[in-house]
Amino acid sequence: MLSGAREACNTLPRFDDSEGRQMTDDAHKRWARNSKTMGNHMFSRTSTKSRRGQSATAKEILWQAILLIAIAGLVGGALWNASGSLAEQGVASGFGFLGHTAGFDVSQSLIPFSAVSTYGRAFLVGLLNTVEVTVIAIPLATILGFIIGISRRSSNWLLNRVAAAYVEVFRNTPLLLQLLFWYNAVLAALPAKALESLHLGNIIYLNRRGLALPQPVVQDFGGAWLLVAAAIAGLFILTARLAPLWRARTGHFFPHRSANLLILFSLPMAFCLAIYLTTGRSPILFNIPVMGRFSVDGGWQLLPELVALLIGLIFYTASSIAEVVRSGLAAVPKGQYEAARSLHLPPGKIMREVILPQAIRVIIPPLTNQYLNLLKNSSLAVAIGYPDLVQIFAGTVLNQTGQAVEIVFMTMAVYLTISLLTALGMNVYNRRIATVEN
Amino acid sequence: MSSGTYRPEPLLPLTYCQSEPHPPAPPPLVDRGCFNWLRRNLFPNWRQSLLSILIFSLLAGTAWHLARFLLVDAVWWGDTGEACRPSDGRPVGACWAFIADRYKYFIYGSYPLDQRWRVNTFFIAGGLGLAYLLWPRAPFRRLGLTLVIVALPLTGFIFLSGWDAVGLPDVPTNLWGGLMVTIVVAAVGIATALPVGILLALGRRSHLVIVRWLSIGLIELPRGVPLVTVLFMANTMLPLFLPTGLNPDKLVRALVGITFFAAAYLAEIIRGGLQAIPRGQYEAASALGLGYWKTMVLIILPQALKVAVPNIVSINIGLFKDTSLLLIVGIFDFLSTIETARIDPRWAAPTISTTGYAFAAVVYFSFCFGMSRYGALIERRLSRDHGR
Repeated sequence: MLSGAREACNTLPRFDDSEGRQMTDDAHKRWARNSKTMGNHMFSRTSTKSRRGQSATAKEILWQAILLIAIAGLVGGALWNASGSLAEQGVASGFGFLGHTAGFDVSQSLIPFSAVSTYGRAFLVGLLNTVEVTVIAIPLATILGFIIGISRRSSNWLLNRVAAAYVEVFRNTPLLLQLLFWYNAVLAALPAKALESLHLGNIIYLNRRGLALPQPVVQDFGGAWLLVAAAIAGLFILTARLAPLWRARTGHFFPHRSANLLILFSLPMAFCLAIYLTTGRSPILFNIPVMGRFSVDGGWQLLPELVALLIGLIFYTASSIAEVVRSGLAAVPKGQYEAARSLHLPPGKIMREVILPQAIRVIIPPLTNQYLNLLKNSSLAVAIGYPDLVQIFAGTVLNQTGQAVEIVFMTMAVYLTISLLTALGMNVYNRRIATVEN
Repeated sequence: MSSGTYRPEPLLPLTYCQSEPHPPAPPPLVDRGCFNWLRRNLFPNWRQSLLSILIFSLLAGTAWHLARFLLVDAVWWGDTGEACRPSDGRPVGACWAFIADRYKYFIYGSYPLDQRWRVNTFFIAGGLGLAYLLWPRAPFRRLGLTLVIVALPLTGFIFLSGWDAVGLPDVPTNLWGGLMVTIVVAAVGIATALPVGILLALGRRSHLVIVRWLSIGLIELPRGVPLVTVLFMANTMLPLFLPTGLNPDKLVRALVGITFFAAAYLAEIIRGGLQAIPRGQYEAASALGLGYWKTMVLIILPQALKVAVPNIVSINIGLFKDTSLLLIVGIFDFLSTIETARIDPRWAAPTISTTGYAFAAVVYFSFCFGMSRYGALIERRLSRDHGR
């Protein structure tokens, strides 16, 4: 019935979609053929080639030429003005400033940075900090978002309502307000003295100066870790190869997921144990923070700005992801739930084995969009002073050098590149699942 | 079997045949009433019951703390931060006295006292326009919509900034502030972005190569970068690009950035609406001999925009929330006035920040939630109209 509906949809004329999502199936070919025979090419770009009629084309060329000249005039005028005012201010244009000494310090940096480092390095520091926030926030926001999105379809009325309230509250207030709230109201109310820090089992500390977590330090054993990784990869391939054979032999499914999880966790553990028993040294040491008199030392120290930014981004993005998940789940036909229920699958299994695999196709494209939003929203770090790309580069460096055009261009280029690359990847993905589906 | 009525073979015992009426089945369990509702929705089995109790206790705890902070321990009266400082061990909750003292600043910013009637007039006109939008069977609806969405914000902007020729004294935009700026920026932003967005959407679907690529560039650039960078660009680069002497003030620069940004998102929404219009509409228009612009303005756009309204509303909500970013480029929008008042030494007290943010959250929430309900209403109405 479903495929029948899809067929019916396909026979409708369809206008082209630049995302390429709907362009692959043969319905499109049929439509393109029809539109050629109908001879109305006015509104579709795919029929440009078959356009005839000399006079209309000449008119269009004229219009486009006028448009082009107007734009060239505007851009040229803008650049002329810009070069004039920059010369007046004594700012040398160009990217030479990237090699100059920055002269400021940064509160958090993943690579060595000091006041004698260059502006170019400051750009890199900001970029890495942006990446750090995004990379930490995305998995956590995804987990929280899926939990809330699935809860919104729960049969438990209370859970359902709480999840809905969460989504409404976080989606209907500005992220900037939430960030300021976490930073200025919540984190600022934490104890200021190290000795009064909130702690969890003496290994995690939280106070006004930030969060300290235990940091695993992997010891070097001359490539032994690489061997472990290779062994895991090899076993993964082996199980993937064995699974169909097993199925053919026994008629049962090979417990693929459990086997892989077992390999993933038991192998490194066995390795650690073996190393410990033979050499007496632990292959992974934990750098555990210690509460001193004046400060918490050691461990993995997170700036309060980073903590506030992470909390804000995770909670805000989770509410959007929850909506994406909810609509993805709603796109799975009701018959699938009913069929799964009539097979007497337990509720958890219905979700994991039947509903989510079908919903995930609908979920992934908008989910990627939310990840991009998270990346872009991390630029609000500038409001609470976390040294991300915008704060360091488009803030401090711009103020010091006055190279507005170059700096804004570079900052935008970073975000734009990531966005466009992701969009490209999504197009490929969409095309792939479209062909699988048909 | 040749006879008309069916008789069982006498070889089989007749025990399986019903010889008397079946006793009536018990009536189905009444699925109404408070108790049954609770059992069905909260306590269907022990797992769900446990979950319900857990959530209920968490909720109750949160509600208790919130009620204490916001109501029981709150300070309602006072002239300075003194009233909201904890003394003799009494816990202090939200400092509503602070909001009561500064609410005019949160609404008008530093707009001159004797000119504030202009802001009030603008608010009243906006309220009337909104009521008109909500009225489904209003007369002159299409003209009225255009007036409310495009003309009202623009005239409002001129009305607020002043026009000497008609006797309205100039109020420089650096005196503007508070909720007024937030509303003006959101309204003017949508009013200017909508026409630009429509043009970009048409341009992206055009078969003219230059027009199409220009539109794609103008749509994808703002969509791929954060609004903060667009605002930075408008703020620092616009004065550079314009001829010297022509220096737009800060608010206008920010508005240009916001329009640029919102137009790109609107264009994609409208393009989606355009794609939903069946090809027969184009063919019918062309059969009537209408040209491109007539087809678009008279036939296609009215239908496409109607389909796109729920999404336009959600873009509008996003825009309203995004006006808070004006804080970063130093414009006194609603959130900036809260930030400024929060660190005012006269009102220095431990809970001032939380109170200010709570108030801001309530204000933003009521605007955005109201808009989202409006969008949902339109969506229902649309699906009712189409889904016959």
